[in-house]
Amino acid sequence: MSKHETPRGLTRRQLLARASAMGAFVVGAGFIAAPNAAWAIETTHLDSETFATLVQMARDIYPHDYVADEYYVVAVRGYDTPEQAAAITAGIAALDAAARGRGFPSYVGTGWERDRVDILRSMEDSAFFQQIRGGLVTGLYNQKEVWPLFGYEGESFSQGGYLHRGFDDITWL
Amino acid sequence: MAAPFDLNDDGVVVIIGTGAGGGVLANELAQRGVSVVALEAGGRYLPEDYLNDEWDSFGQLAWTDPRTTSGDWRVARDFSGLPAWIVKAVGGTTTHWAGASIRFQPHEWKAATTYGRVQGANLLDWPIDEVEMAPWYDLAEEKLGVTRTGGRAGLPGNNNYKVFEAGARAVGYEEVHTGRMAINSADFDGRPACQQTGFCFQGCKWGAKWSAAYTDIPRGEATGNLEVRENAHVARILHDDRGLVTGVEYFDRDGALQFQRARIVCVAGNSFESPRLLLNSASSMFPDGLANSSGQVGRNYMRHVTGSVYGVFDQPVRMWRGTTMAGIIQDEARHDPSRGFVAGYELETLALGLPFMAAFLDPGGWGREFTSALDSYQNMAGMWIVGEDMPQETNRVTLNHDVTDRWGLPVANVHFDDHPNDVAMRNHAYARGQAIYEAVGATRTFPTPPYPSTHNLGTNRMSENPRDGVVNRWGQTHDVANLFVSDGSQFTTGAAENPTLTIVALAIRQADHIARQMSAGAL
Repeated sequence: MSKHETPRGLTRRQLLARASAMGAFVVGAGFIAAPNAAWAIETTHLDSETFATLVQMARDIYPHDYVADEYYVVAVRGYDTPEQAAAITAGIAALDAAARGRGFPSYVGTGWERDRVDILRSMEDSAFFQQIRGGLVTGLYNQKEVWPLFGYEGESFSQGGYLHRGFDDITWL
Repeated sequence: MAAPFDLNDDGVVVIIGTGAGGGVLANELAQRGVSVVALEAGGRYLPEDYLNDEWDSFGQLAWTDPRTTSGDWRVARDFSGLPAWIVKAVGGTTTHWAGASIRFQPHEWKAATTYGRVQGANLLDWPIDEVEMAPWYDLAEEKLGVTRTGGRAGLPGNNNYKVFEAGARAVGYEEVHTGRMAINSADFDGRPACQQTGFCFQGCKWGAKWSAAYTDIPRGEATGNLEVRENAHVARILHDDRGLVTGVEYFDRDGALQFQRARIVCVAGNSFESPRLLLNSASSMFPDGLANSSGQVGRNYMRHVTGSVYGVFDQPVRMWRGTTMAGIIQDEARHDPSRGFVAGYELETLALGLPFMAAFLDPGGWGREFTSALDSYQNMAGMWIVGEDMPQETNRVTLNHDVTDRWGLPVANVHFDDHPNDVAMRNHAYARGQAIYEAVGATRTFPTPPYPSTHNLGTNRMSENPRDGVVNRWGQTHDVANLFVSDGSQFTTGAAENPTLTIVALAIRQADHIARQMSAGAL
C-alpha cells in the first residue's frame, strides 16, 4: 500500500460528508483514502464502497482502537481479486441488507459499533463471516508492522536473544 | 557394509521416522555396529534454517499432510484438519518440543493397579516399572543434558516464570522450579548455553535445546552405519508367508515407489502415522492390519489432559522473552482422588507470540471480549496444563478411506472424546491456574482450550498379555517377531509428564535389546 496526499478534486465539504458516512473516504471509482491521508488504496475488482465496508467489518470483528485502518486494509486487500470479488460483493451486500432491515441506511451508516456487532452476530455462522474472520487471524495479527503496537518484539536471535536484554527484568512483582 | 545401503540389502534395520524414538534408536543401533536405514518423510532442517517466526516456522516444519478428526474434543471443531502440532523433518518433533524432561512417577507405571477401576477407561499396567527404567532414564538424561540432573544447574527464570513462581508460592505450592530441561544451562556436549531467545517451539537456532536433528542423527551417520533417506514416505510394510516382515515400500522424493529390504523394521512415525501404517499394511494373513491380532492397533489414543491459563496484569510481563517452558509446578502431579479425579497433572509456563496467541487463545472468538485480551498481550503471563488422560478403546486412529493423501493412501482419522476424569482434571487445573495468577494481581484470566496435540500417545500400546496390546516389554510386536514400535504410540498409559524423556529412554533400551538379540542370532 502506498501513501498518498489527500486526492485533489474533492472539496473539503465533500470529503467531510463522506467521512461522516464511513471511516474511510470513497474518493472515486475504485479509489479509497483515509480521512487523514495516512493511506490510500486503489481497488481493481471490488467497488470502493464494498471495500470500505469490508474494512469496517474487519475492524468490527477484531477491534483494536490503537491499530489504524491501514493495517485492516492490508489484512483484507487480498480479496480484491477476480476469483473472490463476486463472493465478497455478495457478502457485503447481505451485510448492508441486514443493516437496512434494522433501519440503518447501510452497514457503515450505523452510528454505534454495537449495532454493527449485532448484525455480525446474526450472520456469525455464515461462510462469508467465517471466511473473513478466519482470514483476519493471520491477515491482521501476522503483519510484522502490527506487532510493535501490541508490544510484541518478534524475532530475537539476530539480537542475541534476551539473555542480556531483559528476559528477567520484571520489577513490579 | 557401510552406508549408503542397497535396496536389496536384507541385513539392515529399517527405522521409519527420525524423532525422539526413531532418531535416537537409529544412532544407538549405529553406535552398536548395526546397519540402519532410516526413512524420514520430511526434509532436513538445522539451526541455521530455523525461523524466529511462528507461522513461517509452522510452514517450514509442521506435519500438514491431510488428516481428519471426529469426537467431542474442541480441536475437532476448531482445527478439524490439524489434530496434531508435530513436525515432519529429520529429528521429528524434537525440533519443536519445549525440552521438559521429567521421569514418570513410580506409580504411573502401574496405573490400573494404582487408580483401580475407572468406568469407561481401558487402564492397564505397563509391563515395566521405575526400577527397570532407572538406568535408561540415567542414560537419557545424560544424552539430553537435562538440567537439575547429573550435577547440571537449572536454567534461570524469565519474567513469565517469575510471575508463575510468585503466584505458586502465594497459593502454597512448594515444588516449584525452573524445570528439568533438555536446554543447556551451561555449554554442554558441544552445544552452547541458552540465550533466552524464545521461539523454542520453532527450533532452537543456538542448538542449546537438544534435538535429534543435530545430535543423534549426525553422530549415527558419522559411524558409517546409518543412512537417513529424507522425503521418503512409507506406504506399507511387507511380510513373507512365515509372517515375518521383509521390508518396506516407500515413495521417494521423486514420488517413485521403492522397496527397501530389511532384517528388522521399527515403526516410529508418531501415534497417528504408526498405527496408520500398520493398518495400511493389512494383508490376507493380517486382514485387520499388521500386528493387530489384539484389535488394539490405533486404540487408546491419549493426548494428555491439556489446556492453558493466561493471566493479564496491570503491568508488563513480556512472557515471550526467554525459554518458552521456563518452569514447573509439580504439587498437583500426585495421585489424590480426593480432588475428584484419579492421576495428576503438571503446570508448566508457556508463551505464545502474538500471531499464535491470536489463533489459539479462543479459537473462533471475535469482538471486544477477544481483542481486549490481545490489547493486553504484553501484560500476559501463561501456563500450560499437562496431565494424565484416561485411555479409552474408542479414542482411536482409523483409516479414512474417503480421504487420501498425495500418494493415494487412506489418511488417519483421529477420534477423541474426553473422559469424565479428563474433564474433572482440566477444570481443577483451570481453577488452580487462575488462582495462581489472581494471587499475584491478575485482573483477568483465561482458561484456554487445548491446542492441536503435540503429545500423541498410546495407539500401539505395550502390554504383558498379547490380548491387551500391540507390543511387548521391548516394543516388539506380539504378532511379528522382527517388527518393533519405537515411538510414543507404545505408551501403555500417558502419565502426567511430558513424554520425550521416556520415549528416548525406551529407545536406548530397545536399541540395546535389538543389538543383543541380533548378536545372539535371535533376530
